[in-house]
Amino acid sequence: MKGDVHAIEVCDVRKHYTGVQALQKVDLTVECGEFFALLGPNGAGKTTLINLLAGLVRPDAGVLRVMGHDVVRDFRGARRALGVVPQELVFDPFFSVRETLRLQSGYFGLRRNDDWIDEVLDNLQLTNKADVNMRALSGGMKRRVLIAQALVHRPPVIILDEPTAGVDVALRQTLWQFVRRLNEEGHTILLTTHYLEEAEALCRRVAVLRRGCLVACDTLEGLLRARQASSLEEAFVDLVKEEA
Amino acid sequence: MGVGFRTLAGKEILRFWKVSLQTLLAPLVSTLLYLVVFAQVMGQRPSPYGSSVSYASFLVPGLVMMSMLQNAFANSSSSLVQSKVTGNIVFVLLAPISEAEFLGAYVMASMVRGVLVGMVVWLTASFFFGVQLHALVWVLVFCLLATSLAGLLGVLAGIWAEKFDQMAAWQNFLILPLTFLSGAFYSIHALPGPWRTLSRFNPFFYAIDGFRYGLIGASDVAPMTSLIVVGSVTLALSWGTLVLLRSGWRLRP
Repeated sequence: MKGDVHAIEVCDVRKHYTGVQALQKVDLTVECGEFFALLGPNGAGKTTLINLLAGLVRPDAGVLRVMGHDVVRDFRGARRALGVVPQELVFDPFFSVRETLRLQSGYFGLRRNDDWIDEVLDNLQLTNKADVNMRALSGGMKRRVLIAQALVHRPPVIILDEPTAGVDVALRQTLWQFVRRLNEEGHTILLTTHYLEEAEALCRRVAVLRRGCLVACDTLEGLLRARQASSLEEAFVDLVKEEA
Repeated sequence: MGVGFRTLAGKEILRFWKVSLQTLLAPLVSTLLYLVVFAQVMGQRPSPYGSSVSYASFLVPGLVMMSMLQNAFANSSSSLVQSKVTGNIVFVLLAPISEAEFLGAYVMASMVRGVLVGMVVWLTASFFFGVQLHALVWVLVFCLLATSLAGLLGVLAGIWAEKFDQMAAWQNFLILPLTFLSGAFYSIHALPGPWRTLSRFNPFFYAIDGFRYGLIGASDVAPMTSLIVVGSVTLALSWGTLVLLRSGWRLRP
């Protein structure tokens, strides 16, 4: 990989749905190894941007790259470089946890991946649930499996779309410990969350979307200085106020 | 076709295998009921192909192919709609699997289910009415082509449908009429002119007729004609579905 490759590049991206301009001329770069927060009120376009990066929707205009791979033209390279933890608790009720992870490995071209699957299960405290059907898991356990699914192919870039929504405190702590470790090991993390204190504690750089436009993208310190705020929440509220 | 394709096809096969009571045995019961009722009621009437072929012998290939078509369609369509409604289709869409691999995997699983159901029905019918097998090659060719055709229709329906009732509309307003008005229970020569003409536009008629030739050696049209029609429709549908998938319609908006 070339030295000047960015983990995520979003260049002049636009996306509209019927009657809604979801994203307008968004430009954004996330460097390799960053822990990056993508924030915004509901409907700001965060999930649309994530879906565009993941190839789940297609841009009307602009280019998106993951580790230098164009998400449309080189979709295989881009998807291999990306692990996405979706916001909704989705699962396939036909399979157990281990079957789910084996299938996900297979989709990414990995046939014998059990050693890594065991390691991920262990890290997410899922080992004793490996042979349990997905239907029988609690919400928190299902959330952990979603994270495990995003990690089975060891992607360098991981996107967490509101991973702690509706999650209890214990799981949150376990989850952040694990994600922090992944980041220390060199994974790039892009996080969206409505818990701003989490973003403040974890992320070095922050971007804020508002009505499909990128209204701020700076280091945490830079953003606080620019908004003359003492906390991320204060800066965020200030940005959202401007909208009103 | 790589590991991704094989995994997706394997998962789709495993999915119906895990509920085989519903996906393999239930079709056997309903088809045997058709067979018993129709063979009893219609058995007294002259056979469409004269005295050398009994009505039951005429009926078995039609019912076997009908069950193959319906189950192949049901496999891909129900799996896709369920995955879309529950949201777990995202795991396949996030993976580096091409549209051709995606289509191939769903169609292959449909073919496997269709052929398995057909084999079970044929073996059971053979137990009651005797073994019929005239030309194995034609049987295999029409098994594979017809199940892939129905599997492709299932993928199309699955891509289009957002809800289960939309899926049911395909089943009730397209697949059911096409299978029932396809000469499964009668020869199209027994139909009045306009209906006979209409039947010739139904690809399922050719699938059943060609398959019937393979099993009993008699058919309404030459098996080569049926092969050309079913093969052409399958090719056209494969191309059309692939174009739709590549456009992202309804899956990657």
